[in-house]
Amino acid sequence: MKRHLLSAADLTREDAELVLTTAEEMRSLADRPIKKLPALRGRTVVNLFFEDSTRTRISFEAAAKRLSADVINFSAKGSSLSKGESLKDTALTLEAMGADAVVVRHGASGAPHRLAHSGWVRSSVVNAGDGTHEHPTQALLDAFTMWRHIGESKPGGLEGRRVAIVGDVLHSRVARSNALLLRTLGAEVTLVAPPTLLPVGVETWPVETSYDLDAVIPKADAVMMLRVQRERMNAAFFPTAREYSRRYGLDGRRMATLQDHTIVMHPGPMVRGMEITADVADSARSVIVEQVTNGVAVRMAVLYLLLGGSEPAVGGDE
Amino acid sequence: MKYLIKGAAVLGGTPSDLLLDDGVIAEVGRGLSAAGAEVVDADGLVALPGLVDLHTHLREPGREDAETVESGTAAAALGGFTAVHAMANTDPVADTAGVVEQVWRLGREAGHCDVYPVGAVTVGLAGERLAELGAMADSAARVRVFSDDGKCVSDAVLMRRALEYVKAFDGVVAQHAQEPRLTEHAQMNEGELSGRLGLAGWPAVAEEAIIARDCLLAAHVGSRLHVCHVSTAGSVEIVRWAKSKGWSVTAEVCPHHLLLTDDLAATYDPVYKVNPPLRSGTDVEALREGLADGTIDAVATDHAPHPHEDKDCEWAAAAFGMLGLETALSIVQETMVDAGLLDWAGVADRMSSTPARIGRVADHGTPLEAGQPANLVLHDPADRRVVDPTESASLSRNTPYAGRELPGRVVATFLRGRATVLDGKLQ
Repeated sequence: MKRHLLSAADLTREDAELVLTTAEEMRSLADRPIKKLPALRGRTVVNLFFEDSTRTRISFEAAAKRLSADVINFSAKGSSLSKGESLKDTALTLEAMGADAVVVRHGASGAPHRLAHSGWVRSSVVNAGDGTHEHPTQALLDAFTMWRHIGESKPGGLEGRRVAIVGDVLHSRVARSNALLLRTLGAEVTLVAPPTLLPVGVETWPVETSYDLDAVIPKADAVMMLRVQRERMNAAFFPTAREYSRRYGLDGRRMATLQDHTIVMHPGPMVRGMEITADVADSARSVIVEQVTNGVAVRMAVLYLLLGGSEPAVGGDE
Repeated sequence: MKYLIKGAAVLGGTPSDLLLDDGVIAEVGRGLSAAGAEVVDADGLVALPGLVDLHTHLREPGREDAETVESGTAAAALGGFTAVHAMANTDPVADTAGVVEQVWRLGREAGHCDVYPVGAVTVGLAGERLAELGAMADSAARVRVFSDDGKCVSDAVLMRRALEYVKAFDGVVAQHAQEPRLTEHAQMNEGELSGRLGLAGWPAVAEEAIIARDCLLAAHVGSRLHVCHVSTAGSVEIVRWAKSKGWSVTAEVCPHHLLLTDDLAATYDPVYKVNPPLRSGTDVEALREGLADGTIDAVATDHAPHPHEDKDCEWAAAAFGMLGLETALSIVQETMVDAGLLDWAGVADRMSSTPARIGRVADHGTPLEAGQPANLVLHDPADRRVVDPTESASLSRNTPYAGRELPGRVVATFLRGRATVLDGKLQ
């Protein structure tokens, strides 16, 4: 693996499958009486969050703590964009505190890339979501969840599997990272959105695209719904929330057209009634809550692998 | 002070001598001698009329941490310029006779090159009502170029009125063509890469739509229009079409748009963040062709100094713009002359005589002939250098060419017969 995880494109298939198999080991910990490993004892992980994201921060925090790392949460609301302390000065501060890994969430696309490549810090940088760019650990936890349900939990298990990613692709870092990672893992991705919510140049991505949800989902093995903010209609991305739901929302009627094994996913937070109805979100097909559980295991695997865990993380008896 | 320049290739032609005396070119010929004149060995050097920049940001008044008239004009002289047009987006904005006279006077005091202030089209660059264009035209600064550069005069009625109004004093409106609604929060060229990088796109159509509208407006009211920093192949096509109609439309291109492409944004290094943004290779090709065939009239630097902290940050937080004065001639040599698209006479036209004509600047861009003002630059096309930002005379360091080897070097610049640069050093 590279020293940083900035983009899902940083991962080779071998890297990605190593994360998934390591995550599987980490997840098995949940069944043990003692859920903590000594793997990162004495190492410091900083959660540097320039944007509010309680769920992602807690997930990384739990992951680092279960590996016995020291965790510093640095909530730097208001970046240099709003004339607060600059990203650089924040980074220098963290460097002075001796961070081994910096987990960064930032509203500006490329901010983790700057952090990793500007010589401000020497630690590993993990992108926990940057602007409308990427969110690679979300893609890993999504892939891990699919792997367990439709990929037989084994390398190559997602080869040829069909994944529909539906919604606001244009503004979604989750969609970008998923498209890249799922392609690396051999899955076939179809992005479904109104034309206004697909990025310019999407035709060069290694994915199919469609404007027609009903045509795509009966063939899918996994359907991932993306959050759509109602406010997008004010910028004319779609006429009304109601029209959006009619054309691109996943409701009970559409769910009935899915194959028996097909799972429904959502990275959260959901806008119930907008992109997904409550009966779908709470149905037996929904793995949305499990995604959260898997997030901790995947982030444990990422931190462990980036911080140089070459020995097996989960040993026998200690 | 008399200078005898020996063996310079005037516009790249056969070597000849030039005697500069009392502010003018006294004599041009072979084997000249003059008692008491300082001899400048110009063997292998190309002599061009002093370069004229239509688009410079000197930042004073207001942002003296980024540049001053003194430092910016020093950089200009080192780049071979004898005249620069100072853009109006200072603080306070150059929208009154008082501010343009201040900038003009600071230029005179610095003495490195002539400074021609550009007046704002609208009060405070706000795009709402016309600034006192006539007062600026009648001031000591004699403003002839008006621009809200950095902001587009997007209101069609206001643009029409400005185009009409400046006819009274033979002025020109220089438009920063950027449809504002299509470029809200825009960060880089809109294309495959902006989608991948998650940076909001600045689509070519936002530039082209305004240029097309302005050409039609200028034709309708019979005015002169100048288009700032064209950056797309489509813009070149539209300007070419407008010229084919015989309309008074001129256009400029920046050196960086002749060389650099949008793939540099993948570094997320804001030194490559500029407005209009770096475009595709296809656009670069079209701009070079347009400059070669005269569709694009002039090269203008859009020299835009920014303090370190405004670039040493995340991309979205960074300021737009890059330095340009000290590297412009080298970039034009590399992209146009060395590429076989333009000869040195063509460079003199695009970087001196035509911009001087567009700006209605007297005594610049004149032929290198006896009796003409002694404004000229000696350039060594055979030399090469690696750009070191710390060597810049600018107060800022935001050059996108750091570490890049460029051809050519300015050896000497003369302003009215006085050396502002000699042996590559500021005098």
